[in-house]
Amino acid sequence: MKKNWPVYTLGALLAAGLIAPLASGAAAPGFWLEVLIGGLMAGVLYSLVALGFALIFKASGVFNFAQGAMVLFAALSLARLSEAMPLWAAFALSALIMVVFAWLVERLVLRALVNQEGVTLLMATLGISYFLDGFGQSLWGSDIYKIDLGISKDPTIILESVFQGGILISKEDLVATVIAAALVAFLAVFFQKTATGRALRAVADDHQAAQSIGIPLNHIWVIVWSVAGVVALVAGMVWGSKLGVQFSLQQVALKALPVVILGGFTSVPGAIAGGLIIGVGEKMAEVFFGPVLVKAFDLAGGGIENWFAYMLALIFLLVRPEGLFGERHIDRV
Amino acid sequence: MFYRENGQFKTSYRADQQILPIRQDRLLMAGLLVVAYLVVPWVASDYLLRAIILPFLILSLAAIGLNLLVGYCGQISLGHAAFMAVGAYAAYNLAVRVPGMNFLLVLLLAGVCAALVGALFGIPSLRIKGLYLAVATLAAQFFIDWMFARVKWFTNYASSGSVSTATVELFGWKIETPAEKYLFLLSVVSVLALAAKNLVRSHIGRSWMATRDMDVAAEVIGIRPVYAKLTAFAVSAFYVGVAGALWGFMHLGAWEPAAFGINVSLNLLFMIIIGGMGSILGSFFGAFFITVLPILLAQVPAMLGFNLSVETGSHLELMIFGALIVFFLIVEPHGLARLWAIGKEKLRLWPFPH
Amino acid sequence: MKLTGKLKLLAAAAVAAGVLASVVPQGPAYAQSKAVAKEQYFPVLVYRTGAYAPNGVPFANGYVDYLKLVNARGGINGVKLVFDECETGYATDRGVECYERMKGRNGGATVFQPLSTGITFALTDKAPGDKIPLITAGYGRADTQDGMVFKWNFPLTGTYWVAADILIQHLGKKEGGLDRLKGKKIALVYHDSPYGKEPIPLLEERSKMHGFELLQIPVTAPGVEQKSAWLQVRQARPDYVLLWGWGVMNSAALKEAQATGYPRDKMYGVWWAGAEPDVKDVGEGAKGYNALALQHGAEPNSKVAKDILRDVHGKGQGTGPKEEVGQVLYMRGLTAAMFAVEGVRRAQERYGKGKVMSAEQARWGYENLALDQKKLDGLGFAGVLRPISTSCADHMGSAWARIHTWDGAKWNFTSDWLQADDQIIKPMVKASAAKYAGEKKIAPRTVADCQA
Repeated sequence: MKKNWPVYTLGALLAAGLIAPLASGAAAPGFWLEVLIGGLMAGVLYSLVALGFALIFKASGVFNFAQGAMVLFAALSLARLSEAMPLWAAFALSALIMVVFAWLVERLVLRALVNQEGVTLLMATLGISYFLDGFGQSLWGSDIYKIDLGISKDPTIILESVFQGGILISKEDLVATVIAAALVAFLAVFFQKTATGRALRAVADDHQAAQSIGIPLNHIWVIVWSVAGVVALVAGMVWGSKLGVQFSLQQVALKALPVVILGGFTSVPGAIAGGLIIGVGEKMAEVFFGPVLVKAFDLAGGGIENWFAYMLALIFLLVRPEGLFGERHIDRV
Repeated sequence: MFYRENGQFKTSYRADQQILPIRQDRLLMAGLLVVAYLVVPWVASDYLLRAIILPFLILSLAAIGLNLLVGYCGQISLGHAAFMAVGAYAAYNLAVRVPGMNFLLVLLLAGVCAALVGALFGIPSLRIKGLYLAVATLAAQFFIDWMFARVKWFTNYASSGSVSTATVELFGWKIETPAEKYLFLLSVVSVLALAAKNLVRSHIGRSWMATRDMDVAAEVIGIRPVYAKLTAFAVSAFYVGVAGALWGFMHLGAWEPAAFGINVSLNLLFMIIIGGMGSILGSFFGAFFITVLPILLAQVPAMLGFNLSVETGSHLELMIFGALIVFFLIVEPHGLARLWAIGKEKLRLWPFPH
Repeated sequence: MKLTGKLKLLAAAAVAAGVLASVVPQGPAYAQSKAVAKEQYFPVLVYRTGAYAPNGVPFANGYVDYLKLVNARGGINGVKLVFDECETGYATDRGVECYERMKGRNGGATVFQPLSTGITFALTDKAPGDKIPLITAGYGRADTQDGMVFKWNFPLTGTYWVAADILIQHLGKKEGGLDRLKGKKIALVYHDSPYGKEPIPLLEERSKMHGFELLQIPVTAPGVEQKSAWLQVRQARPDYVLLWGWGVMNSAALKEAQATGYPRDKMYGVWWAGAEPDVKDVGEGAKGYNALALQHGAEPNSKVAKDILRDVHGKGQGTGPKEEVGQVLYMRGLTAAMFAVEGVRRAQERYGKGKVMSAEQARWGYENLALDQKKLDGLGFAGVLRPISTSCADHMGSAWARIHTWDGAKWNFTSDWLQADDQIIKPMVKASAAKYAGEKKIAPRTVADCQA
């Protein structure tokens, strides 16, 4: 395993950065834990968005820039529908909408663009994303909407006896984690145990071989985009219940790109791990190293989390292009 | 009928390698330049100049820059707006800190700054390519945007982080009115476009294309990929940097880092894909298309007499814009430049096709 | 194969049509602008879509409704108003394009109000050349108050320096004297844009004066993701948080404050962070949250709101939903429109009643606004606004504001009127304006130009 030393070094550096504020006494242990938890929570949400992204890339090789717009659209549908019906019905209906959307995308866009270059497909998904932005807003409105999961928003303080001031935990975050975990478990079962899942994996491995043994490619694409749509719906639901549903939600989706790089483009566990690493990394960096940077260079405010994820992904790409869990097979220069 | 080259014989290699080997094309280009220099400044309204033609010219330049990298060298970048920002802020700082510097020199140095930064962020291209590289360039986008928002020196300690420029003066000529700006921009863009056209025909351009088509083969025939890729990044960033400086000084007048956000990067990519990858002419087509389309979409309903609310209008605009992009990618993935080439072929045979 | 050929032709035709269409309609529009207008034209820059739509829409509705109301009341001394909207999406380049498109319409634009600090910065450059005034009521560059340098800018009723100054004064009062702020920590959570950065110089100045510590915490636009900002707040435990947000950032900030347990009653928003869309979906969670009110708050019972319900909504011409009339941002748009109209009325007093004013004449009107309480009451703004009078040196006209507090269902005033301290702001404005004049190489106006 001689080849892996840069990865280990990077990992060690990251771990050192994680521990440093605690070790140096710059952060109270309680607060450090809170940042860690906050980062993990943000990471869960990044993972959810990245998950849809990885699924589509795996099965159809499309770099789906529209994932963010899909999250927004799904969340908007859910929020507006839940005003008129119970949440579960709204959820079902929104999922149905996302399936119809997937079918339309396959019919109208993907089918016509088979065998085009990656960048063309990427641009096509950007086109889809513009379309969804306009369509979603004209259909559902551009105000801030609520998704009410019926969870209290006020935080609870735990472990007050152990740490000074205790640790803030919000129930909502816990629920979000549970939902994300359930979704991942469901996907794992779906991919490993069902015939469709196996077909999906076959397509991901080799399009032509899969086609030659009779797996209908178009069909598979519809399914994958539907699954990605449902994942987007769940991501949108979790985000939306925390922060409200509004147009700007889709901007968060750009953060999914470094996540999938870190995790490997095609890997489901990679998307989860990548999301968590990026979430924790950027919160830690912002809270503990931001002020140091600001002081050292007399900056006008911190905000290093804007680029932290991308820089991390960039460095990671240089040392391990296939990502944490990606397949080794990668075009390298 | 009119577009035939029979009777035009090339008697030297020189003649055969002209940019426009066909006489009709040369006439067309000459006519176009005459119109652009002598007619447009008099005829075009202020609005047409300021809202459409000036941005179109500047963005054409940026699109040429990106096309050199993506279309000719095959390296995808999602961070080119950041290089525009480098050019703009470099030009601003030069203009503020070195009073009286010639604006052409300012532009040149701004381009050089952008080229250096571009080459720096081009280093990952030596290890990775394709969409992976695209995401890596996003790091440039976000980091550079952040840097200009944070490091106070770059904005000359402006409290709001927004910078604004004085009127540009060139050899005592105040470039103030839209028509004057237009003439200045037209000259800059024509010169740089010509340079780009020649560059891609030179050995550097050929080494880029070889790298694009197959990097391993290119290496085998003696092209150093490091050199080819880094020059592509540098030259591309130079063009984009000059465009950024012009965007700031000639179009916006005052700007903040958000003016060079990720959306601009994506729009530039749209331009070269819709215009045609690996085509200088296509860059102009694409820039025109992307500049005019949203403006047009915003005005069409009113022109047709529909009384849409602004809200519906802008939503429709987004939807139509998105749909049109997809439509164009489907019907002509090689862009408008390809359509143009097809049209020319058809015209050669017209009115008697085989 | 055949089909794709046809499609390609279609695509080519679409492009050609686009080229033609984009060039042709400009001809007549341009010719029109030379003709003498019979109506006063007010272009309206709006954003009804995108990240800032929740706040942009009520403002735009109020703005347009007021113009409709003026027409229903018979215009400005008989001169009818015309107006149309242009969507900027809060983006600077789109705003500039809108400006260029609209400035020549209908005989020329009277005044522009971009409702975006970024667009204001860009238009500040262009307005002098085109001789069109800009009103930036409660936003824009703080130094544009200096009319000697910024001849065409009118930050009527307040700038961010005024806002920041009043907030600090209020906090001082709460603590029992400005000197008691010594050693306190005040965090500024701001929208990372020129808008959010505007107040910083003044806050730094005040922090030097009173010895409080100022923490600056930027939030990346549009501000949906603020976890780390609020973690920093939780770490530093500031005594007060000033919120300089816009659009979805405000409600997200309140939700994060709730999630990190920061008391909402220690939070003070600027006047763009103190309206219904900011707190509506937070509801009870935002209880106790304070914000500046740019003179007015929610005024559903004011006479002007009732007039609009009767004369505009009553005739089925209302722009937005009826319930919105009188809400904070609706009123903000409405007063902004009122300033635009009253400036023209003032200009008519000098250049001829019942005539259409050019933008240049209207500028004189804005520079010599004299809205005393009687006039305001007559317009239906009793209890909504205080008198405003502008001059050459002072393009702001008034520096008063109040604090209002969200009780979980509605906004209530919770402070007296407060005035910004001219002694602090004036030298800063002068210095900043002089720096701008130096950078742009523009000569300040002469006294003679002022009286002209």
